[in-house]
Amino acid sequence: MNFDPRFSGRKFASVGTRPIRPDGVDKVTGRARYGADFNMAGQLVGRVLRSPHAHAIIRKIDTSKAEKLNGVKAVITAADLPDLTDGDAGMYDILDNCMARTKALYDGHAVAAVAAVDARTARQALKLIEVDYEVLPHVTDVDEAMKHTAPVLNDAVFTEGLEQKPVKPSNVAKRTQYGHGDVHQGFAQADFLVERSFKTEQTHQGYIEPHACVASVSSDGTADLWVCTQGHFVYRQHCAQLLGLEASKLRVTSSEIGGGFGGKTHVWAEPVALALSRKAGRPVKLVMTRDEVFRASGPTSATSIDVKIGARKDGTITAAEATLRYTSGPYAGMWAELGAMTAFACYKLDNVKTVGFEVLVNRPKTAAYRAPSAPMAAFAVESAVDELAKEIGIDPVDFRIRNAAQEGTRASYGPVYGPIGIGPTLEAAKHHPHMKAPLQVNQGRGMACGFWFNFGGQTCTDLNIGMDGTVSLAVGTVDVGGSRASLSLVAAEELGIDYSHVKAIVADTSSLGYNDMTDGSRGTFSSSMATISAARNAIKILRDRAAQMWDIPVDDVVWENGQALARGEKYGNLSPLSLKEIAAQSGKTGGPIAGHSELVADGAGVSFATHICDIEVDPETGATRVLRYTVIQDAGKAVHPTYVEGQYQGGAAQGIGWALNEEYIYGKDGRLQNAGFLDYRIPVCSDLPMIDTQILEIPNPNHPYGVRGVGETSIVPPLAAIANAVSNAAGVRMTHIPMSPPRILAAIDAERG
Amino acid sequence: MAGVAVSTTINGDSVEYLCQPDETLLDVLRDRLGLTGAKEGCGTGDCGACSIILDDRLVCSCLVLGAEAEGRRVETVEGMAHGEKLHPLQQKFLEHAALQCGICTPGFLIAAKDLLAKNPDPTEEEIRFGLAGNLCRCTGYDKIVRAVQDAANVMKGA
Ligand code: FES
Ligand code: FES
Repeated sequence: MNFDPRFSGRKFASVGTRPIRPDGVDKVTGRARYGADFNMAGQLVGRVLRSPHAHAIIRKIDTSKAEKLNGVKAVITAADLPDLTDGDAGMYDILDNCMARTKALYDGHAVAAVAAVDARTARQALKLIEVDYEVLPHVTDVDEAMKHTAPVLNDAVFTEGLEQKPVKPSNVAKRTQYGHGDVHQGFAQADFLVERSFKTEQTHQGYIEPHACVASVSSDGTADLWVCTQGHFVYRQHCAQLLGLEASKLRVTSSEIGGGFGGKTHVWAEPVALALSRKAGRPVKLVMTRDEVFRASGPTSATSIDVKIGARKDGTITAAEATLRYTSGPYAGMWAELGAMTAFACYKLDNVKTVGFEVLVNRPKTAAYRAPSAPMAAFAVESAVDELAKEIGIDPVDFRIRNAAQEGTRASYGPVYGPIGIGPTLEAAKHHPHMKAPLQVNQGRGMACGFWFNFGGQTCTDLNIGMDGTVSLAVGTVDVGGSRASLSLVAAEELGIDYSHVKAIVADTSSLGYNDMTDGSRGTFSSSMATISAARNAIKILRDRAAQMWDIPVDDVVWENGQALARGEKYGNLSPLSLKEIAAQSGKTGGPIAGHSELVADGAGVSFATHICDIEVDPETGATRVLRYTVIQDAGKAVHPTYVEGQYQGGAAQGIGWALNEEYIYGKDGRLQNAGFLDYRIPVCSDLPMIDTQILEIPNPNHPYGVRGVGETSIVPPLAAIANAVSNAAGVRMTHIPMSPPRILAAIDAERG
Repeated sequence: MAGVAVSTTINGDSVEYLCQPDETLLDVLRDRLGLTGAKEGCGTGDCGACSIILDDRLVCSCLVLGAEAEGRRVETVEGMAHGEKLHPLQQKFLEHAALQCGICTPGFLIAAKDLLAKNPDPTEEEIRFGLAGNLCRCTGYDKIVRAVQDAANVMKGA
């Protein structure tokens, strides 16, 4: 029997409750082991030498002095990571980013690395490496990088996606376009038009745990890697390919992960640590410093976006258009494309067009950051939507409700929506008490909507039933925020047993089949699907064993509430067999009982949210204060509501930091000036109010329990919601994120003239 | 460089170790003593993940030298529970899901313990400012504040 993933509308016993997570006690007692908490006997300390230049040819690297230093066991450069990528451009970029080959492309780009007996020796050794650079002109700003006069980062890059291949290389790696209808015609029908340009600065995911790994390569070609990652199977593939190892001989164990938010989906230091270990013949531990995390991991894009929206007097949008330019660091990405896909996804539009440009700049390679690329696009679009509502004279919530996408709407990025939550979140916002709360002078209220696709992907789960009737669940999606609790609830639900009898773990790459990353809000969505499937497979075996024990046909055995029942009058005197009783006899009835599942989790339901916030602006200083914040989001089905709330709150807080404060600041020399938590200030406890949440449950038809991903959408609306609130409080439209005090003051001054 | 011999008390136990004069107490705890509960999020005193209590004072152990612990009392997250029994703060952090990834949790627990020792009945604002030296990127702090409020109530009643 094939697995049927369709939503069944069942009643739940475990799902929807709020038990304590299985990994909780270890995390409050300091016992849980994160990336840097693991050590191997004989391990060396690895350190990386990084370019101080934003753009420079590497003429020569002399490592001889470093090699001679007592205690140094290996020094590597790009020569020790030969190009095995075989024409795979994406992998080549990853390789080049791990260790610069001919050019340093950003401040912080790795150029060499050492392994030594201790940290002090390793640091000394770095100072002894001599790099001869030829410094080149650089560019870090997205609009500057697109100009003809800009220094070109890569002579082999000719803009893709144009009708004709351009004659000259440029920093525009790709152009993409989405939409339908005819925007010219649509704008011609409009009574009101808003046209604006916006900018957002680059931010970092800001996970508190720096990247860390321990690598151990043996001379027989086997290797172990302990690492904090969102996807150990993907790390295995990438590292194996870059190092020339066989994937099955590289075992990757994911440690507890101290935050990722998309930033731990790419290898940076791991291939370097493996190469050092291979050369030194000893295990190597490599932990990034915070400065390195900022300079040389993967922040989000800086953007420049133009939006034009037209509407009739009655409040119907007639056309919408956006041009989105996103930095991707020195290598091509798909960031502007994601922006172009998500920009107008909340709305039902007859005429819509979005164009995205991927722009290369001398900044670190862009990585995903929670609903990557969507927050910036939403900032621009939702700001313009607010402004348009004002011009027409309609309440901004009503204006959005009027134009919201519905089931059957063709999304601006192509597909036709099934049941979706944008309308319900807007209705909930309209009736939320927050909307009616009074405001004082210098205070403003803003709201905005957000969308994220959610992903599914390849997933594999093992469910093993012990002879004592307890269940161990091995999953391959890294637990980034409580998914072991959610998945244990799902296993308990499906089997009909108590949550306390299920223990979920994240298995290493040698113990379980391939799993995609925990990204795209897929962890609980896809692994719960695989867990349900594995549990159903186990139930088949449990029924079979019960049938054996009773000596009746298996078709007469049903599974209900954690026990086998013999169906039919003739079995009246057979009392039910519990899972525990069947498991205890498993040795005599055919051996261990387990359920496995390997599937591609399709049909991740799209997710929508609406946020409301109140901001106070001090007109003398430009300082802001977040007074109140409300998140309303569709979860499909909240498996563990407390952790769903946590995702809503965490995304909102990150969005608040992005909107008001966080940004990468580059000097004229192309060097990052604020590579630390003191100068790159993320929100602290005293910056924020309580963050209220409202979970809506519009079941995803493509999941047995109706689950949708919940992890990412919460960061999409805040930039816009806060910009709308600040604009309302200050009486001037804010178009540049972050809205730091100097920017707000400048905007107020400009308005006053 | 010659090592420095240090005698100190950690979580009530007498401990002796040798460390380098420039080695931080955080590195000593983690790398020499195997107490990896305190985390290094920044190494510059900006994140609070390495928080410990040194002679009744909350400090960032990344800013203290290992040698400075001589003759003093060090409290880390590993010393908060008594055997199987969790400290009320630990229990409330679990009940309120005040942790997602948990990397900031040891620092928050120690900082909250210090806060409640000095102010057993803090207002929300006092909690927020009292914990402002600790960064959490996952939770938005809402559930952390509630867990501390709840723990304060339990501890008052105890
Ligand atoms: S590691 Fe000490 S404050 Fe961040
Ligand atoms: S729970 Fe992840 S940083 Fe606080």
